[in-house]
Amino acid sequence: MIKVKELRRSFGPVVAVDGISFDVGQGEVLGLLGPNGAGKSTAMRMLACFLRPDGGTASVCGYDILQDPIGVRRSLGYLAENSPAYNEMTVGGFLKFICDVREIKGARRRAALDRIVPMCSIESVYHQSIETLSKGYKRRVGLAQALIHDPDVLVLDEPTDGLDPNQKHEVRKLINKMSKDKCIVISTHILEEVEAVCSRTIIISRGKILVDSTPDELKEKYQCSLDAVFRRITKTKSA
Amino acid sequence: MNSFKAVFKRELKSYFTTPLAYVFLVIFLSASAYLTFKDGFYEMRQADMRPFFMNLPLLFIFMVPSTAMRLWAEERRAGSIELLFTLPITVKQAVLGKFFAAWLFLAIALALTFPMAITVCYLGDPDVGLIITGYLGSLLMAGGFLAIGCFFSAVSKNQVISFVLSVLACAILFFAGMPTMLNYLSSFLPAGMVSAVESMSFQAHFESIQKGVLEFKDLSYFILLIIGWVAACVVVLDERKAS
Repeated sequence: MIKVKELRRSFGPVVAVDGISFDVGQGEVLGLLGPNGAGKSTAMRMLACFLRPDGGTASVCGYDILQDPIGVRRSLGYLAENSPAYNEMTVGGFLKFICDVREIKGARRRAALDRIVPMCSIESVYHQSIETLSKGYKRRVGLAQALIHDPDVLVLDEPTDGLDPNQKHEVRKLINKMSKDKCIVISTHILEEVEAVCSRTIIISRGKILVDSTPDELKEKYQCSLDAVFRRITKTKSA
Repeated sequence: MNSFKAVFKRELKSYFTTPLAYVFLVIFLSASAYLTFKDGFYEMRQADMRPFFMNLPLLFIFMVPSTAMRLWAEERRAGSIELLFTLPITVKQAVLGKFFAAWLFLAIALALTFPMAITVCYLGDPDVGLIITGYLGSLLMAGGFLAIGCFFSAVSKNQVISFVLSVLACAILFFAGMPTMLNYLSSFLPAGMVSAVESMSFQAHFESIQKGVLEFKDLSYFILLIIGWVAACVVVLDERKAS
């Protein structure tokens, strides 16, 4: 459902993403791993059509990110790195705005809100303004925003960042539950998360793909924990 | 269309959920009334709104950029632009949604000066047509300033910079048409250039609409000005939304 071909993007002299290609199909949960500044967020922003690539292209659900960015955004749920939102709005008002933009109206909107609010456990802050929320709640509002239209493809940039251990567990359960009929790409620094939710993992560093494998295969091959595998790969190959 | 409406609605609401709208309205209404009476509204012994409309441009040069500066600069600083442009919204829809919401807000501010009109009607028998064209001219001018402010808001991430730049641009466009400025220019520029400057400036167009002369050239001046700056805003934003 996601096809990435030779995607490339640089900011001035810095090459953030250097010709990466991969495919992700339905039922797969892909974990993008990499040290800080490896190009994970840039790659995800290009998938969500926020950044235009310098070269290469990608398609999401058959829509090309260059030809039909609106089609891509319609079929995709995207959670950005710092879960940006309109701080002066209440959680409810914000989610209704998202529904308006995504053309979810009337009974469908009520159903969507009834589904998503308990799912992300944000009932208690529904009438609070977003600027008063803690980081964890903000993140969950961001997640609710990404899931409200029940998209086939999810791109989540560090979905459990800032959540407490219980919430992390909940979000992972949520991702596992959705993974059967969706195509999910997450980026993370937490390697236990990769083991918990990802069916496949790509390690990138300096904009290049170093490894495209599954967590189990990696552990098998290197005979050590994912932590050690990650360190070994990113240190030796990028140095 | 739906995305446009959603952005428009959210934006308009956001004025009233923050103190911004109330601060703006209080200052705008008191300053506009103050300037009117300071210029001898009663001493004129004439029941019309000229002193009121005459002072509006000066007020707008500062007040309109102050509403416009947040439009995009804030969105970029807070990062919510990444949310907005990963939703199924085109840049054009978003820019237009925000622009029209801000314009409607300014129209509300203008409409709230109605006690002025009532006062004039109570005191005498004014030409209602003149009052209506006066308001129309003011609204168009607010739209013009707003389009300029909208553009500069997209240029910089910093609200203060975008405010200063748009005040400057509005002031230049307005004061270039003042008689003193034109006199000065005519001392070294050929007559054709001077009249070009004059017709590029807000001053003459606002003047004639305000006098009750609704001419195609004045209306089209404002409409073209708005379209031009808003289109420039779309282009700039498309280029550098992520930077």
